[in-house]
This record gives sequence, C-alpha cells and structure tokens, in this order.
Amino acid sequence: MSEDVYVLGVDMIKFGRFPHRTIDGLGAEAALLALDDAGLGIRDMQALYLGNVGHVTQFVGQKILQQIGQTGIPVVNCTNACASGATAFREAYLAVKSGEFDLVLAVGVEQMGKGLLGNAGGGDDGIPREGLLGSRLMPALFAEVGMEHSRKYGTKPEHFAKVSVKNHHHSTLNPKAMYQIETPLEEVMGAEMIAYPNTKLMCSVNVDGSAAAVIASAKKARELGMGRAVRVRASALTSDRFTQRDLTLPDFNTCTRDAARIAYEKAGIGPQDINLVELHDCFATAEIVHYENLGLCGEGEAGAFIDSGATWLGGKVPVNVSGGLLSKGHPLGATGIANIYEVATHLRGEAGARQVEGARLGLTHVLGLGQACAVHVLEKV
Amino acid sequence: MSDAALANPPTIVPFLKFGADGAPYLEGQQCADCGEIYTTERMACSKCFSRKPFKAVKLPTTGELYTFSIVHRSYPGIKVPFVSATVDLDAACSLKGTLIDVEPDPNHVKTGMKVEVVFRELEHRNKEGRTYVSYFFRPRQA
Repeated sequence: MSEDVYVLGVDMIKFGRFPHRTIDGLGAEAALLALDDAGLGIRDMQALYLGNVGHVTQFVGQKILQQIGQTGIPVVNCTNACASGATAFREAYLAVKSGEFDLVLAVGVEQMGKGLLGNAGGGDDGIPREGLLGSRLMPALFAEVGMEHSRKYGTKPEHFAKVSVKNHHHSTLNPKAMYQIETPLEEVMGAEMIAYPNTKLMCSVNVDGSAAAVIASAKKARELGMGRAVRVRASALTSDRFTQRDLTLPDFNTCTRDAARIAYEKAGIGPQDINLVELHDCFATAEIVHYENLGLCGEGEAGAFIDSGATWLGGKVPVNVSGGLLSKGHPLGATGIANIYEVATHLRGEAGARQVEGARLGLTHVLGLGQACAVHVLEKV
Repeated sequence: MSDAALANPPTIVPFLKFGADGAPYLEGQQCADCGEIYTTERMACSKCFSRKPFKAVKLPTTGELYTFSIVHRSYPGIKVPFVSATVDLDAACSLKGTLIDVEPDPNHVKTGMKVEVVFRELEHRNKEGRTYVSYFFRPRQA
C-alpha cells in the first residue's frame, strides 16, 4: 500500500480576459502563487504536469519554466478537453503516489476568445454540418442532456435556471470569480435563448485563467510541515464506455457515474460524507444531471434537490460555492485545478465569506467532451 | 467512376446511399456478433469488440424523438432557430439530425414524438453544379 499524497500549496489567478498577455505568462503567475503558498521554489520541484487545450502543441509547460526557472525537470503537457487541468493534477498525483517523486507541480492554464465552443463540422466540400445535422455546439449538446432529464423526470426549465441563480449568487462572495453579479430567476429565464432550455446566463463564461498546485509525498509533507496540507483521498479518471446513444449524443452521465463510484470506493466513503462539491456546471442543465451522477441525491430527485436549497451555501451539500463555471468562468485547462483550489481553501478554513463551515471532505468533478471525466476527493488533515 | 456514381447526387454523409432505383436510404454497419448498428465504419465493434466483418443494413425511416434542443444562437451564416434532434430509429440505432416541418418551439416539439426520416436537396452544389442531398427528421402523422 503506497502512502498518502498531499496538496501543500495551491492557488489561482482571478479569472478574466487578458488578450495582451501570453499563455506562459498566465501559467507562470499561477505556478509562482502555488509555490509561494507552499513556501517552496521551482528548484524544489522534481516534475511539472501542465493542462491546456488551445495551445497544447506549443510546449506550454516548458515555456512556463523558461519564465520562472529552467531546472531541466521532466515536463508533461496534457490535453483532455475540459478535464485537461484535472488530468495534469492526476498525473502529478500518480507520479508522487508511485514513489518516483516527492514534490511536483501541476499547472492548468487557458487563454480563450469569446463565443461558442464546438465544431461547425465543415467537410472537404466546405458545407457546415451545423444546422443540417442538428447541432454539435456545446450549448445544444448539454441542453439535449437536460431535456433527456426532463423527459425522464419532468424537470422544468425553472429547475435548470435556479442553478444559475445559485452559482451567480455564490460568485458574489468570491473575489477571484470573473463576475460577481446577482442574477434573479426572472433575469436568468428572460436572458437571450442560446439553446433551449439554456439561456445566455445558463452558459459558462469563456475566460482566461490559470491555477496551480504543489503535490507532495507523505514523507516530504511531514518534513515540511502539515499545517495547511490537504490530503488527496482519491483520484479517478474515466472515458466513455459503450452506452446506447453515446456515439450520437455524447453520454456525459455514465463516465461521471463511473468516476464517482471509483473515487468513493478508493476513499472508502459515500456521497453522504462529502461537505462540499465543485462540479462541472459548464451549462445549468449539466449541474442538475450531475447531482444524481455524483450520488448527491436520488435518481430523478435533482429538480426537488435544487428547489430544497440543499446545494446553496449553508445547505446540506453546497455545490459550486466558487460561483462555478457559470460565473467564476471556465478557462478549459485551468478549470480542473481551480476547483481543487476552491475545495482545498474550504478544507483549510480560508474561504472567507463563502466558507463552508466545518468542511472536512470535498469533491471535485470535471468533464471533457469526448469523454474524459475526473473526480478527486480531498480531505482536511 | 461508375455510371451509378455519376447518376447519384453528392451527399452530406457517407452513409446516405441510393438504391438501384435511385431512391435514397441510410445504411448502417451491423456487428455480426452482437447486432449493434453503427453509421460510421470501425475496426471492431465498440460494444462487444468483435472483429468479424460488419454487415451493411438499410436503416428504418421511422423512429422516436429521444431528446432535442432548439438552437437560437449558432455560428455566423447558420440559419436559426432550428431543432437539433437525437432520434432513436425503430429497432436500429440512434441518429443525430435536424427536425424540420415543425415550429421550433417547445410547445410543438416534444420528446417521445414519432418522427420519420426524409431526404431533401440542399441549396449547396458541388463543383459539377450538382445539388447535395441530406437527411432530416420530420413529425410523423398518426
């Protein structure tokens, strides 16, 4: 049985739009913040794992080291769609867990433009498939998953919209969120319709951002002091196993259920033990289906669950108290480490106005279309 | 190029084929072991991993609307709104497409509604000036 693995330092930059900065500069800023948080320097790091989508062929990890210190350590640049940051974190975790390294750095970074994500699907003939063969854009794909839930359980547009009301409210308590604006239910539902039932305020925000974590072996954590350390209780990564419609409508549910089951088993806990969750609310419809996928409520109960207030700060299991992807913002490659930062900050009791009181166990979840699902369980030391 | 290929119009997906009578249909690839049907070619069955050669089968033209979204914002040049649909073809596979001949409004589009596959000529033409053909879904009359 290998020893526990710890997060010794973790941080993120305030998400925003920084078109005049470089991708490596953004990543380097988070790397230094995380190193400072751990009280360590780049010379202490034995490897770097980098998560990114848009610039991943450009050696972003190496370029970050060129900005903060070229020590010659191994660098792995990971891409796994919206799970890229979590994949980099997991690779770093596994490298320490294996005993190969005692101290490693994981960085997630993304620089995005505005606008819709997805593929218009033009072939050699130059004819866009979008609109001819349905939609392959993200808002529609996740809307179809929401409508599947409506079909099964009678979930209403109001249920989905309430997710946005909650997450936008939570973001008013998070100074690192892109937006800090309250959005009442009428405003969410009355916003421009993008892909029914998702309105503009039910779609995540494309932003630039970065986040980083210093990961340590038990031996190193004991040596350096466990004062603010957070234990990684479980790490799970899945892809899409065959399911009935996955090749037609990407099945975001099964890979999430698989990752959650593996993570709970590895941690030796159940969903009832979790005190807070940062899950992949790329669209409001997604958060609803993930309540059930992560076992936070029973099958078909997600609509009643959001109605009950259980997932608000102060509720039974607060979800996305950071403001989530909907309001904190969703810089693809950074998202999976930014949510580690959020949960760790609560476990450390340092989350200020949005602190989940008494948080001892937290769960992070991200989903990359394609599919890649990562779930991590973190524990207060 | 064969005479048949010359006679048939260009299509928007490779699995849209034409019979000897020139009538369009959709063709699936069926696993010889488990019977799963795909619309794209693969080396082995995604479901049961069988490597036996797939059998070409004609897909049915009837099915049910499994889920949908009504798309109001898309890329520049794409006509909106339109209904993005995931359809379960009867006793075959599911298929993504656009639902036409219905108001793009949640009061008119309902999951579970019966639909059929229809074939339409597009505005687009290839270099030889020939009109492309694609498939769509439309509500099926009871």
